[in-house]
Amino acid sequence: MSSTTAKSAFWLGLRAGAPFLLVVIPFAVLFGVVATEAGLNIAEVMGFSVLVIAGAAQFTAVQLMTENAPVWTVLAASLAVNLRMAMYSASLQPHLGSAPFWRRVFIAYTNFDQSYAVSILKYEEAPEWSVPRKTAYFFGAVSVIAPSWCAFTFVGAVTGEAIPDSLALDFAMPILFLAMVAPMLKTLAHLAAAIASVAFALLLAFLPSGIGLLFAALAAMAVGAEVERRMGRP
Amino acid sequence: MTYASGTVWTIIILLGVGTFLIRFSFLGLVGDRKMPDWVLRHLRYTPVAVLPGLVAPLVFWPAATGGATDAPRLAAASITVLIGWWTKNVIWAVFAGALTLYGLQTLG
Repeated sequence: MSSTTAKSAFWLGLRAGAPFLLVVIPFAVLFGVVATEAGLNIAEVMGFSVLVIAGAAQFTAVQLMTENAPVWTVLAASLAVNLRMAMYSASLQPHLGSAPFWRRVFIAYTNFDQSYAVSILKYEEAPEWSVPRKTAYFFGAVSVIAPSWCAFTFVGAVTGEAIPDSLALDFAMPILFLAMVAPMLKTLAHLAAAIASVAFALLLAFLPSGIGLLFAALAAMAVGAEVERRMGRP
Repeated sequence: MTYASGTVWTIIILLGVGTFLIRFSFLGLVGDRKMPDWVLRHLRYTPVAVLPGLVAPLVFWPAATGGATDAPRLAAASITVLIGWWTKNVIWAVFAGALTLYGLQTLG
């Protein structure tokens, strides 16, 4: 019985994750193209997508490497971009924290923006789901996104040709992330947190990439929590 | 780019390990322990606190225009949020946003 529900949760996760291919694929191809044009060979480009699996941080690193920045700067800036994932990790903990160790290792390895957003949306809808079911759902979502990220990085690295600017692929990521956030704006507290996040991120944009975002996110979480406390739990 | 191949691999591996440790942090180390209410209250707002801030500079100062605010991108972002909020459907929102951007770029 429980393996049946886990199996169906895996398929539900797979179905919820699949539409993100529309964005993951062009984004992965773009990374392959950009990193190759920056002077990395195919093994190095693939090394990024397989070992790091974090689009924004990979772009950050390649950008700074193009400028021949010192190694520690490249690492600090790219890891700062990824610090938001510590918050994802913390936010998944109540749902997946009691899963077996190696499953948590695999979840951590594939805990990126899309898999996190798809999963947390479901967990908030269905908090009563068992841990194995929630884990299966996460694996389902990841099962299409992660291999595609790597495969289409390869496509981009091999074709290597510049994508015409008129396609405006630079805007695929903002549109995707906004599309993920909008349905989450369910309460005044969520809305307040989102507005605070935008305001602080713009105010702190002068800080090195990633650092401003970290402070903005912490401030926005505090705003959301405070509004919730004053309004009573929604 | 003038790094030695070894340096490039050092960057890739350290970035991979560092990223994994960030992602594993709470999930791996805190494990099964229950977190206090005030922590959970903050964590509920993680996605809406991070993702808008991540994209805000890209929406207002896109790199593709050299950082100049761009009306089609601003309109596309607004439509994406509106449709996403209204339909509660990620794909409709992406579709509406992309259509707005390409439509306005074609007209402009």
